[in-house]
Amino acid sequence: MANDLILRVITKWLSPIIILFALYVQFHGDYSPGGGFQAGVIFSSAILLYSLTYGLDAALQLIPEYILRIGASLGVLIYGGVGVASMILGGNFLNYSVLGSTPVAGQHLGIIIIELGVGITVASVMVLLFFTFARRVAPE
Amino acid sequence: MEQLTILLIVIPLMVAPITALIPSEKVTWLLTLIVCLISLGISCYILYEVIDGSHVIYELGGWRPPWGIEYKIDSLNAFVALIVSAIGCLSCLFAYRSVPDEIEEKMIPLFYAAFQLCLLGLLGIALTGDIFNLFVFLEISSLSSYALISMGKNRKALTAAFSYLILGTIGATFFLIGVGFLFAASGSLNTADIANRFDTFKDMQLVETALIFMIMGIALKAAIFPLHSWLPNAYSQAPSTVGIFLSATATKVSIYVLLRILFDLYPIDYWVDMLLPQIMLSLGCVAVIYGSYRAWQQTEMKRLLAFSSVAQIGYIVIGFSLVNQLGLTAAILHLFNHALIKSTLFIGAGIILYRTNTTELGNLRGLGKDMPWTFAAITLAGLSLIGVPGTVGFVTKWYLLEAAVEKGMWIVVITIVLGSALAIGYVWKIVENLYFRSKRKVRIQDVPSGDSAIAKTPRTMSSALWIGALLCIFFGLNTELSFEAASSAAAAMLKQ
Amino acid sequence: MIEYIIGHINYWLIVAIMMVGLYTLMSRSNLIKKLAGLSMFQTAVILFYVSLGKVTGGTVPIISEKYSLYSNPLPQVLMLTAIVVGVATTALGFALVIRIKEAYNSVEENEISAMDEKE
Repeated sequence: MANDLILRVITKWLSPIIILFALYVQFHGDYSPGGGFQAGVIFSSAILLYSLTYGLDAALQLIPEYILRIGASLGVLIYGGVGVASMILGGNFLNYSVLGSTPVAGQHLGIIIIELGVGITVASVMVLLFFTFARRVAPE
Repeated sequence: MEQLTILLIVIPLMVAPITALIPSEKVTWLLTLIVCLISLGISCYILYEVIDGSHVIYELGGWRPPWGIEYKIDSLNAFVALIVSAIGCLSCLFAYRSVPDEIEEKMIPLFYAAFQLCLLGLLGIALTGDIFNLFVFLEISSLSSYALISMGKNRKALTAAFSYLILGTIGATFFLIGVGFLFAASGSLNTADIANRFDTFKDMQLVETALIFMIMGIALKAAIFPLHSWLPNAYSQAPSTVGIFLSATATKVSIYVLLRILFDLYPIDYWVDMLLPQIMLSLGCVAVIYGSYRAWQQTEMKRLLAFSSVAQIGYIVIGFSLVNQLGLTAAILHLFNHALIKSTLFIGAGIILYRTNTTELGNLRGLGKDMPWTFAAITLAGLSLIGVPGTVGFVTKWYLLEAAVEKGMWIVVITIVLGSALAIGYVWKIVENLYFRSKRKVRIQDVPSGDSAIAKTPRTMSSALWIGALLCIFFGLNTELSFEAASSAAAAMLKQ
Repeated sequence: MIEYIIGHINYWLIVAIMMVGLYTLMSRSNLIKKLAGLSMFQTAVILFYVSLGKVTGGTVPIISEKYSLYSNPLPQVLMLTAIVVGVATTALGFALVIRIKEAYNSVEENEISAMDEKE
């Protein structure tokens, strides 16, 4: 599909918009419907679209696999890290209220970081799943 | 103190992703061992705190129940957590030499990460007091165990893992449907809250449907008799370490969930008239006979042990379906005792596999003279499985018999005696092949040439084996520790 | 009777999807089709939860002065987790199918079990 002009142009236009939308869903998740899961999946769909049109190798150049592996682990660590931080600051696990100067500010901060962790993990895992399958069953 | 309970879950959660990234088999093993040891320490401490009947309550995220997720630890929770983390330590000790032998080198960090996630899931099930949270932990442990099983050497491991995945997911989804019905009726997911307000919605048809769905789902996960078909293949094809860990913990934890549903979530008088105890009792009896008989038929050691697990789960089912203090105590005690016995036997099978590359009983003839200490330990654990006095197996069978006599269920007494007789049959089959058959050399084509590993059992493996075997004797002679924990848990469940 | 059926139409449809999934799962020998059935089965449960949370006349659960009646957000949040679990299960299932295909050169369950028995 890498030679189809329409697909190439559309993908080039569409990918940034998808990523932008993913970031919107990610960072607006504490006010309106949205959050890490959805944003992660939307983000990964941009990469998937790119690799479908330009091929797997091009996509691997864009995001190498080891970065995805690190990303998948990092997200979980961010999530757990927030929990541990709130334990160290004297609250229960994942009690965001102790993170900021006031409970509301703390909850804001906590949920944004948590969702960031979730987003990173979901995006990395989705792309990683696609890459792993695509490489395994790629036609010779 | 309260923070310790959540650390049981947080530590594996934080260490597992790090483990997955470290490309060294030694370091990842060490990390896993440390995680297991810390979990063991914490769960021992928690059990010590709650054994007098008190509770440790932890509100996750500081949200008050019933809105937030609450962890309410009583002696049963702590007891199950102790079983899981203790078996985790034993199998981790065994893993040191076995895993590099069985798993590809670049998969080892992922193997240990999945192992820790499995530990996390099982500990989570044991601690949580929220039924949806329980489902999530159930799936975490199941998904990682499917992946772990599929890493077995033989290609049959793949099909075994696949059918376990299908059946396990059906089971979990059934459980989820049950949770949904109960949520629709009660509007709550917190077990204590549901149990407290049970009278306000108990007349709704939904509640009964929910119970049936949840029992079906969990019975599939726990491999209770007609739903056991995934178990023998999964446990016999899995890598040895995984076989040890899962055979001793996965089904036990599912049975723990079943106990919680029947005795804590629902009041006993709600289901005791529903024919449910009778059905479960007869299924338990059939499981004992069928499992023992099939075990006796097997010619491969791990499969034999897996079928014997089906029978042993039958004893546990019999124990709690008698619905009296002694029976329930015996069931809870057998969770622990069977975990100990079966992990010891699987460690023994793992050592044999490591040294001879086969566990076909026919190929092992006369090996007992080559590895006398290994086989002495296997024989000890085998005697516990039969229930010889002085071993852990005897303790539970004794209480089970007492409970059955108290209820006047003579058919159960006969079943237990018959099951023990069949157990003598299949344990004898192992012993006979190992000690007495004329010595035939282990088939040479199965042994990798020039492999020095066969000459000696590694210290880590034999120490894991002997720790298991000696604990079987220790808790058989010194029954107070485990009995106190089990009876306080049983009393807490029956009181309400 | 008709009213009863129409009033619970969402539940009837969910039961139908669930049964289609379960039937596919049990009747097909192709492992991929089995996984498809499993996914349908799980999806039906997700729909079941979401329709549990719907309150007639209720709006999206974002607090605002204009509205007083909201749908219950809890089932949807729970299902977010269940969807993730479902994705993980399906992905693991497909990974296993690929490995099975490589090891047995078949994805038909009856052929695979025939090969297993021959060994």
